[in-house]
Amino acid sequence: MVKFYGKPVYKGIAVGSVVVLKNEDQKVKRRKVDSPEEEVAKVERGVKMAQEQLQALYEKAVVEVGETSAAIFEVHQMMLEDEDYLDAIYNMIRAEQVNAEYAVAVTGDNFSEMFAGMDDDYMKARAADVKDISNRLVQCVSGNQEDGLNFKEPSIIVADDLSPSETVQMDKKKILAFVTVHGSANSHTSILARMMNIPALIGVPLDLDKIHSGMKAVVDGVQGEVVFEPNEFVCEEAERKIKKEQEKLQLLQELKGKENVTLSGRKVNVYANIGGIGDVGYALENDAGGVGLFRSEFLYLGRDDFPTEEEQFQAYRQVLQTMGEKKVIIRTLDIGADKQVDYFNLGKEDNPALGYRAIRICLKQPDIFKTQLRALFRATVYGNLSIMYPMITSTEEVEKIYAIVGEVKEELRKEQITFKDPEQGIMIETPAAVMISDKLAQMVDFFSVGTNDLTQYTLAIDRQNEKLDDFYNPHHEAILAMIQMITDNAHKHGKWAGICGELGADLELTEKFVKMGIDELSVSPSMILPLRKRIREIS
Amino acid sequence: MQKFDYVIKDEVGIHARPAGLLVKEAKKYQSEVRIVKDGKSAVATKLMAVMGLGVKCGDTVAVEVEGADEDAACEGIKAFFESNF
Repeated sequence: MVKFYGKPVYKGIAVGSVVVLKNEDQKVKRRKVDSPEEEVAKVERGVKMAQEQLQALYEKAVVEVGETSAAIFEVHQMMLEDEDYLDAIYNMIRAEQVNAEYAVAVTGDNFSEMFAGMDDDYMKARAADVKDISNRLVQCVSGNQEDGLNFKEPSIIVADDLSPSETVQMDKKKILAFVTVHGSANSHTSILARMMNIPALIGVPLDLDKIHSGMKAVVDGVQGEVVFEPNEFVCEEAERKIKKEQEKLQLLQELKGKENVTLSGRKVNVYANIGGIGDVGYALENDAGGVGLFRSEFLYLGRDDFPTEEEQFQAYRQVLQTMGEKKVIIRTLDIGADKQVDYFNLGKEDNPALGYRAIRICLKQPDIFKTQLRALFRATVYGNLSIMYPMITSTEEVEKIYAIVGEVKEELRKEQITFKDPEQGIMIETPAAVMISDKLAQMVDFFSVGTNDLTQYTLAIDRQNEKLDDFYNPHHEAILAMIQMITDNAHKHGKWAGICGELGADLELTEKFVKMGIDELSVSPSMILPLRKRIREIS
Repeated sequence: MQKFDYVIKDEVGIHARPAGLLVKEAKKYQSEVRIVKDGKSAVATKLMAVMGLGVKCGDTVAVEVEGADEDAACEGIKAFFESNF
């Protein structure tokens, strides 16, 4: 039994078996072999097995994310058929009399280096694809069937760190908990863990070479500890806590269908933050009054080309239809900063959080923006859509957005495509927007405060820097004063103001927000009912 | 041997998926199809070699087709380039 401590990001408890995800290459040992032809045959069988896996992945992805996004697996299949690649492996086995795994790994490295050395960012990124197929082939050749992100049973995921696209790719039903060596409380993995009700520990000082897939573990997100190979006592204790948690959840379920109203009768809208179509179910299960933040960038992540207007339209339409009459606020593209996508070719920035991101990309590259706006406007007729623009710092930006929106509407009219005029609002997440919120309130229909970014910009603290977690005080009085100012300015012009950042779900502040006059709180689906409970206790 | 020059119009050049489709297209013919860029050449049925040329938007490539069905192959490959790159 070994115990480690880490920083909990979601206070849940899980018991189960571990799947270790390693980013680094598998360690393959060079062995001299007597019969190279046997090794060649092993590679041939491995290729066949890998092709079958990729075909299955491709078919799964087509259903789940559509053909365009699934194409990456088709490309992987084609790479695995590549004559040069396979010949290099066979030649190495025969010439050096080495084992199959080693020849595959070395050949994979060589080809991957060729791509990494190219002076084209797109092709550089293909190095990862070659690595990916080589790792798969090594696994198939060595008979190690563990297929990275596609584990069969619900498991506790242990990794060095997880990228947003890795987290997106996983089947959420099969994740019991996350345990990572790195990562910060505000990283996307943490946010996703909170959204999906998954116990998660970050900053756990593990030696990943000593943790193996298949080990049993207990993750306790309340105590902030993870125990590998726990004894009977620890397991029983954990099971008891899980049962208690479930009873608590049961109680919360009883709040379903009740209003979000204080004892003195003030009503607050409680909406859900979602990151994809799959999350709409979570939102409804938890009785969300609407969607307060649909992070549209998830349509752009985990793929290698822009989503088309049609793909986006279908996604938006589906969410709107599923939510029926309920309000759905879709935030336009918020790529950049900690959310990087290769095909945007954004280039490396010294200071991405203060860099080329979100609305700045949309205004500089209006083609990308227009495609999204067209899809959004076409979707307006299928439900109650509001559009929200991120990272606003000036009134000129809002004017520019409206000019582009005007062009899009004109185009649609010419094409005789019907649409409704949606509510249009902005994220307030820069101190600049707070200071001019009086003027902005006259231009838009609503404000939604993105407290994560607003806090990082106001306190000058990088959200991704885990060293600064101790300095990051989300309850800083400067932030609370700003939220008051934003709310007052919205109300002055008859507009509404909400909070869609992490702070909205902070039950210690709920009373304060309600007293400030906040009209809406948009939170992870799992926080909707606890928040309702809290609101109903306020006098 | 049949030959034509082509200027790439696709924004990301000969990127992974279309390169894969090109491999499939080239395999339909008996003739050998070679893509030549800046003196480097790659046989069109070899995906990684084609990608390794790093053909970008605006680049000119020479396409050489040689073999029994070179007339039909050249025509087919040319049409493929026009609709994909």
